[in-house]
Amino acid sequence: MTDPLALVPKDPERQTAKDFKTDQEVRWCPGCGDYAILAAVQGFLPELGLRRENVVFVSGIGCSSRFPYYMNTYGFHSIHGRAPAIATGLASSRPDLSVWVVTGDGDALSIGGNHLIHSLRRNVNLKILLFNNRIYGLTKGQYSPTSEVGKITKSTPMGSLDSPFNPISLAIGAEASFVARTIDSDRKHLQSVLRAAAQHNGTALVEIYQNCNIFNDDAFLPLKDPARRDDVTVRLEHGEPIVFGAERDKALRRTPSGAIEVVSADEPGILVHDAKAEDPSLAFSLSRLDSPTFEHTPIGIFRQVERPTYDQLMREQLDEAVAQQGPGDLAGLLASGDTWRID
Amino acid sequence: MTKQVQQLDRVIIRFAGDSGDGMQLTGDRFTQETAAFGNDLSTLPNFPAEIRAPAGTLPGVSSFQLHFADHDIVTPGDAPNVLVAMNPAALKANVADLPRGADLIVNTDEFTKRALTKVGYAENPLEDGSLDEYRVHSLPLTSMTVKALEDFDISKKDAERAKNMFALGLLSWLYHRPTDATVRFLELKFAKKPEIMKANIAAFQAGWSYGETTESFSVSYEIKPATLPPGLYRNISGNTALAYGLVAAGSRSGLPVFLGSYPITPASDILHELSKHKRFGVRTFQAEDEIAAVGAALGASFGGSLGVTTTSGPGISLKSETVGLAVATELPLIVIDVQRAGPSTGMPTKTEQADLLQALHGRNGEAPVPVVAPCTPSDCFAIGIEAARIAVKYRTPVIVLSDGYLANGSEPWQIPDVESLPEITPGFAEAVEGEDFQPFKRDPETLARPWAIPGTAGLEHRIGGIEKADGTGNISYDPANHDLMVRLRQAKIDGIARDIPPLAVDDPSGAARVLVLGWGGTYGAITAAVRRVRAAGGRIAQAHLRHLNPFPANIEEVLRSYDKVVVPEINLGQLALLLRGRYLVDVIGYNRVRGLPFKAEELQTVLQDVIDS
Repeated sequence: MTDPLALVPKDPERQTAKDFKTDQEVRWCPGCGDYAILAAVQGFLPELGLRRENVVFVSGIGCSSRFPYYMNTYGFHSIHGRAPAIATGLASSRPDLSVWVVTGDGDALSIGGNHLIHSLRRNVNLKILLFNNRIYGLTKGQYSPTSEVGKITKSTPMGSLDSPFNPISLAIGAEASFVARTIDSDRKHLQSVLRAAAQHNGTALVEIYQNCNIFNDDAFLPLKDPARRDDVTVRLEHGEPIVFGAERDKALRRTPSGAIEVVSADEPGILVHDAKAEDPSLAFSLSRLDSPTFEHTPIGIFRQVERPTYDQLMREQLDEAVAQQGPGDLAGLLASGDTWRID
Repeated sequence: MTKQVQQLDRVIIRFAGDSGDGMQLTGDRFTQETAAFGNDLSTLPNFPAEIRAPAGTLPGVSSFQLHFADHDIVTPGDAPNVLVAMNPAALKANVADLPRGADLIVNTDEFTKRALTKVGYAENPLEDGSLDEYRVHSLPLTSMTVKALEDFDISKKDAERAKNMFALGLLSWLYHRPTDATVRFLELKFAKKPEIMKANIAAFQAGWSYGETTESFSVSYEIKPATLPPGLYRNISGNTALAYGLVAAGSRSGLPVFLGSYPITPASDILHELSKHKRFGVRTFQAEDEIAAVGAALGASFGGSLGVTTTSGPGISLKSETVGLAVATELPLIVIDVQRAGPSTGMPTKTEQADLLQALHGRNGEAPVPVVAPCTPSDCFAIGIEAARIAVKYRTPVIVLSDGYLANGSEPWQIPDVESLPEITPGFAEAVEGEDFQPFKRDPETLARPWAIPGTAGLEHRIGGIEKADGTGNISYDPANHDLMVRLRQAKIDGIARDIPPLAVDDPSGAARVLVLGWGGTYGAITAAVRRVRAAGGRIAQAHLRHLNPFPANIEEVLRSYDKVVVPEINLGQLALLLRGRYLVDVIGYNRVRGLPFKAEELQTVLQDVIDS
C-alpha cells in the first residue's frame, strides 16, 4: 500500500496535543460537538509525527469551518463550499503537505456539492472531515441538505419539503476511495477513523455526526444515549462479521437481491464486512441502513480501496514530459514553430 | 503564356466559406506562408459559436481575414481587396464589405438553385449583373479539385473536402507565397492518413498550377518583405503569446505555474497551450467549474505556486467571490479574462471590451485589484509577465483583460532574448529567530504582506476571508482596524502607480490639441486611424493604456494637456466613465458594440470630426 505521508517531512521531536493548539480563544457555543472533534484531532495528530508546518487545514464557511484558527498548523479559512477546490490546488502542487479539509453539511453538500463530488472522483490526496449536524448553525437554524423531511425550522415553519442526502451514499456514488462515518462523542472511534483516513492514499471522506446543541440538539441521541446506543450502533470492522446489539444478538445478512437485512446473530450467512471490495455495492447497501430514526446505524469505514491519486498522476506526467523532452528551455519554446530572421 | 507581375504594397484577403470548409485552416496556412516570406501582417478570424451550423446558411459562415504588407501595419484591414467565397452564403455574408473593383473568387459548384434559395438569392448573383463592380473570377473549385484527385484512392467526399487546399494553392500562386511550409504542414497533419495527405498536397499543387495556366488570372502580385527591425521572428496569436508569457513568468520567477481553468470560448486555447508545457513544471488542472478553477489556482498560490486562472466574461462573474478572497488574503493570483461580447452568454466568438468595470469593481466590499490589458496579440506575452510581476511583488490578484480579437488574431513577433525579460523575485518569508511571525505585517514601501508558504517552520499561520487585525492577522471585528485595513489594501494597489511606466503620448507635431486615448485591443485600429489623420495633414496626439488599475501616475496631467480627449471603446463608455468620475475631464466617447474590432476608416472620420469641430 502506498503511504500518502511518505513525502511529508517528519518531526524528530515527540509531539503532544498542546503543540497543535493556537493562542486563539475557541468561539463555538458551549456544549458544541465541535469541541470534542477539535480535541480528538489535536490529540491524534501527534501520532502521525508530521512536522506541524507541513500540515494544512483548509475550510469553507460555517461553524465547523472556524476549525483552522484553532490548529497550530498552516490554515486557510476560505469561502462557502469551495474548500475542496482550494485544497485540490494546494495538495496537487505540494506532495510534501498533509492537507485536511474541514467542512459541514451545508458547506459540503449544498453550496459546495459540486466540488465535493469532483474531489472524490479525482482522488486527490485530501482528508475531508464533514461535520454533519443536520442543520445550519452559523446562519441560526435553517434546515440543511441532511435534515430529515418535514423539519420545522425558521425557514420551514410548516416543515421542510426536500429529501436529505445520505453523505455516505453520495460519496460512494461519486467513486470515493475512502468513506467512513464516526461520532463526535466517541473519541476512541473518531480517532481510529482519522488514523485510517490519514493513512489512506487519496481522498478520504469522514462523516462525523456532530451535535448542535443550540439549533438541533440531540439529533443523534439514539447513538449517544447509553441506554440505547449499543442496540442501534452497527460498528463496521473490515474482515469481521457484522454483529451488533447490546447483547450482540443482531447481525446483518445480504438478501438475494443485494439489499441488507437485520437478522438474529445465530442465523447462518452473517455478513462479513469487506471495506476493500472492488465492487462498491456492499458499501452502498450498508450506507442505506441508516435512517432518520436510527434503528440501526453503521459507523466505521464503509469503503477503503486503492486507486491512483490525481496529484501523483499529475506529478508523473510532469516527470514523463521531462524524461521525454528534457527540462523546459524557454528560449527554445519562444523560438519554436516557423521562424524567420530579418537582418 | 507569360503573365504579368504587378507590385503591391499591401493586400487584404478574406477567405469565407461554410464552417466545415476549413477556412480557418486555409487562412492560418496562408498567414504562415506570408509570415515566412517576411511581410508584416495582421489577422482577423471570424467564426460562429456553433461548431457546425446548418451547411450553406448565413449563420454557418466562417471567415478569416489577413492583411499583409511591405511595411509596418497594425490592423487586419477594414475592407478586403480579395474575397474568396466558397458558397452563396459566404458571398452574401461578406460582399457588402468589398470595395468597388475588388477581386472576388467564387466557387461556382456551390451556386446551385437550392443553395441560392437557402440564403435568399432569387437570382444567381453571378449572372444577374449585381456583381458588376467587382472583378469576378467564377471557378468550379470543387469539381476541379475532384478531377485533380481522381487517381487517388479516396472517397468523393474526401476529395471535395480538399477544395480549400486547391483555393490555398491558387492564392499562393497569385501572391507568390512560399509553399514548402504548407506541404510540410500537410505531411505532419495527415501523417496517419497517407492517402489523404497526398491528396491534399496534390490539391494544393493543382491550385497553384491552375493559377499558372488559366486565363482567368492574367496578373499575379508581389508584395515585398517588410523592413522590420532586425531579429528572429515568428507569427503569434494573442492566446499563444499569453500562454508563453505565463511560462516565461514561471521561469523568470522560479515559481511553478499552476493553471486552474474551465473550458470557455475564447480563452480555452490558453489552457490547451499551457497543457503542452509540462516539462516546464506547468501544472494544468481542468476543473469542474469556473469557481473550482480559480479556487485551485488560489490554493496553489497559497502553497507557493504562480496560480493562474483563464476565462471569459461569464467565468469572471463566477470567479468574483474567490478573487475577493484573494484580495482579503493578499495572495498572488493571475486572472485572465479574454473578453467576449456579453451580457450573459452574449456572442461567444465575438470581441468586446465591456468587462472593464466588472474587473475593477465586480466584487463585494472595497476590493481593489490591479488590472492590465494587452494592446496587440504579441503584447499578450509581455502582459503575462507584467501581471505576474505585480501579483508576486504586491501579493495581490491581478486581472488581465485580453479580448477575442487579440486572442485569435495574430501578427509577427520579434522573439525576445530571454535574458532581457524582467526577473521576478518571490521573496518567500523566512522565520526570524526570536520574533513572532506577523502574517499581515507589511513591507513599508510596497505595503505587501509576507508570502509564507506551508512547509516553512516557525511561520504557521491562518488566513481567510474574515477581516484580520493589522499585523497579527488574527480575526478582528474592531471598527477602527477594519477602516485601517480597507485603506491599507487600497493604498497598496494605488501605490503600484509608482511602479509602472508613465503614460506615453505620441505627438510628432508637438502641436496637437486633440488626444485620442484607448486601452487594450483597440490599439491597432486607433493607431491606423491616427496615421491616416496625420497623413491627411491633421494633428492628433495618441496615448494607450496598458494599466487600467491603477492608472499611470501622470494620466491626469496628460488628460489636462489637451483641449479635447476622445476615448474609443468597444463598450458603452466604461473607461470614459472612470476618467470623468476621477478627473472631471469631459472626455468624448466613441462607442460601437458590434462584436467586431473598430475599422481604421471609421475612427479616422471620428477623430477628424473632433479636430475640425
